Amino acid sequence: MAKMTLEELRKLREGKKQELARREVEGKDIQIIVGMGTCGIAAGAKQTFDEILKHVEAHGLASQVVLRQTGCMGLCYVEPTVEVIAPGMPRVIYGKMTSDAAQELVEKHLIGKMLLNNHIFDRPAVDLMTPRAADGRKS
Amino acid sequence: MHYAVADYVLDIAQNAVESGPSLVKVELDESAGGISVDISDDGSGMDAAGIERALDPFYSDGAKHPWRRVGLGLPFLAQGVEQAGGSLRIESEPDRGTTIRFRFPAEGPDVPPTGDLAQLILTLACMPGSHELVVHRKKGPPGPRLDYEISRTELAEALGGLERAESLLLLRDYLRSQEADDGMNSEGV
Repeated sequence: MAKMTLEELRKLREGKKQELARREVEGKDIQIIVGMGTCGIAAGAKQTFDEILKHVEAHGLASQVVLRQTGCMGLCYVEPTVEVIAPGMPRVIYGKMTSDAAQELVEKHLIGKMLLNNHIFDRPAVDLMTPRAADGRKS
Repeated sequence: MHYAVADYVLDIAQNAVESGPSLVKVELDESAGGISVDISDDGSGMDAAGIERALDPFYSDGAKHPWRRVGLGLPFLAQGVEQAGGSLRIESEPDRGTTIRFRFPAEGPDVPPTGDLAQLILTLACMPGSHELVVHRKKGPPGPRLDYEISRTELAEALGGLERAESLLLLRDYLRSQEADDGMNSEGV
């Protein structure tokens, strides 16, 4: 594979921009956020990120998806975790999203508009995560 | 512990990004002796007591999660290099920044695989924040030589940002092309 230069990268991007301009994007982007804290990395979140990108590409969704990473979402026991915000679907945090589950995420949630019931988790409830004082009262 | 060297780099680099830096630099140097990694930032830094606490797996500064009682990134790395016969050095000064230097030998029963460094660099570049990130990658001899540098700011400018999947796919291809063997021998000819 010949090494790509930064200028070649810019030109490829310019070509994509013209396609993107034809589509009205405001409020219609699909956002996928992958947790990449220590626990997530140890559980394979980097591979999950890569696999999501691969399947987004394979299904022609690259122009509609914003893919981000964040730190720990507080669900260390079910890493890797992925938050999905898609038009027409409830906002959801999925857990145990190994690289195998990435294909399911794209095909079932993004395209099929069906939740992955076996993977649904959420942020820990605020009352469970509120620190307690020495006398046991929540602060 | 983490599976690959790339995972350790990502974890420690995240600490650097979260220290409030204007610049994070990552040096990745693979040679016959193994892989050497330097991760430096000009963020908040730590005093000597802070470095000692950072190596305690049961300590977290509470910045991200006030209720958390573990902080595993640096302890994982310390354990990993110790088991593999590598080395770890931490230099830090309050309000000046931190440099983490570690090395894994080339061979040994407990030496982790290097991992996919193109994938690592993509993930590093996509870390949210207003900082600049520079990654300098070197490899060889033995084998084909690699020597390239990427700047997060330059990539974001070339791609119009680092969040849209379209841009990330182009970045993935760009980084894979930098990592590919272009037929140059170990003498760079």
